[in-house]
Amino acid sequence: MATARPASAYIVGAYEHPTRHAPDRSLAQLQADVALGALADAGLSKDDVDGFFCGPDAPGTGPLSIADYLNLDLRHVDTTNTSGSSYLIHVSHAAQAIAAGKCSVALITLAGRPRSEGRGKGGLVRRDDPNQPDFQWEQPFGIQVLNVYGMTAMRHMHLYGTTSEQLAWIKVAASHHAQHNPHAFSRDVVTVEDVVASPMVSDPLRRLDCCVITDGGGALIVARPEIARSLKRPLVKVIGSGERPQHQQGGYFEITRSGAAWSGRAAFEQAGVTPADIKYVSLYDSFTITVLIQLEDLGFCAKGEGGRFVAEGNLISGVGRLPFNTDGGGLCNNHPGNRGGMTKVIEAVRQVRGEAHPAVQVPNCDLALANGIGGQLGVRHASATLILERG
Amino acid sequence: MDERVFIEPVPTAETQAFWTAAGEGRFLVRRCGACGKAHWYPREHCPFCASGDTEWTEGSGDGTIYSFSIMRRAKPPYVMAYVTLAEGPTMMTNIVECDPETLRIGDPVRVTYVLTSEGKALPMFTPKGKVSP
Repeated sequence: MATARPASAYIVGAYEHPTRHAPDRSLAQLQADVALGALADAGLSKDDVDGFFCGPDAPGTGPLSIADYLNLDLRHVDTTNTSGSSYLIHVSHAAQAIAAGKCSVALITLAGRPRSEGRGKGGLVRRDDPNQPDFQWEQPFGIQVLNVYGMTAMRHMHLYGTTSEQLAWIKVAASHHAQHNPHAFSRDVVTVEDVVASPMVSDPLRRLDCCVITDGGGALIVARPEIARSLKRPLVKVIGSGERPQHQQGGYFEITRSGAAWSGRAAFEQAGVTPADIKYVSLYDSFTITVLIQLEDLGFCAKGEGGRFVAEGNLISGVGRLPFNTDGGGLCNNHPGNRGGMTKVIEAVRQVRGEAHPAVQVPNCDLALANGIGGQLGVRHASATLILERG
Repeated sequence: MDERVFIEPVPTAETQAFWTAAGEGRFLVRRCGACGKAHWYPREHCPFCASGDTEWTEGSGDGTIYSFSIMRRAKPPYVMAYVTLAEGPTMMTNIVECDPETLRIGDPVRVTYVLTSEGKALPMFTPKGKVSP
């Protein structure tokens, strides 16, 4: 690609809040906790930050209230919101802003309290705006995150013969990783039988096909190469990125094909690597089916082969051919603020640094991929891909 | 069983004709006069060629199930679905007046109307004849 060029930026700080339930901390406190945690991890101070990237989880108008609360001195802001994939896009946009000279040290935050605030369990009431042109064509029919992912899984099964047992292997792999994470929301190792025996919530998805609901958050620091090399942390370079909004296309769409087919191709082309080169993947795991479709669309297996690819523990670190979500992912560890993109990047950074838990660390993990699916697969979503390299 | 409560559709200047027709038992589909293609959901400008020359046409009311999911956690449970219309596009809807356990992707369905508490007619679909599992 004539326009492709490696972004000149590094992820120098990464921090995941240890809490999974924070009834006694405000949203602003959690924002500060993660921002200062990532800066401490990098060896930087808040006064080094000149770019701030956040999603609508930051309370107030865009970045303004939290920038005020933290007393940041900024020359660049970006509040791109593609729901859970926002934070991968923020890394990409931060790298672009740094390459363009618009900032030198970018802070990216996520914090949320859905468990304490009783959100994320579905129900009739939605906060969608009737001015959304899709509102009247979807809300009256009872659209929920659960049932659109259910329809996506149902159609994948119909087209390709994917089974509930194959989907269950994704949760099984995540649970094998989560047992080693002392902060994980659930550290219980489960079997395929456990998953398929859990209650059906929206066919063909069962309770254990769904991610956890947690409070907490995380933050990342992206910096210029000279700054990255001046710090004492292992170097993690952003070498490829891609983003792709995907929607209903006027009523002619295929819900089993995600935007990852486009965002992944863009990231691989920019990085100059192929799926076979990737040692570790962080994949958005709002539901088991989300992981399976990303594996196919990113090119780790052919379309329709995802079920066979994930079976028999192929996603388990030390066992299978492609270790994924070694922190336990959103399925077991953490899905702070109902937005899983931040934690996907953080575990990929740990793997590339060689700082994942020893039981799940991938040997010589010099190349990792993180992918996010924000919004709803099967309706409207945005896929975002990052490829990270050591050194 | 609890009675189902629907979120009310909020028609706009762009879509009022659709909801008025639905209240009369007519299913309208928006089609482009320039490129000839039908689209969903209905809008003024064609999502394919961007022409403003679109118009309401009488839809057949026939379609096939593109995908579905039985929302078992809801009270009462309901069948969320996408139906591919005979006119081409696929729309979000529900399958009603059916045994959810016997539904299959590809089943032929026909439009029917379910009233909200405010009396608006929601276009939903019901299986054509009895389809064996």
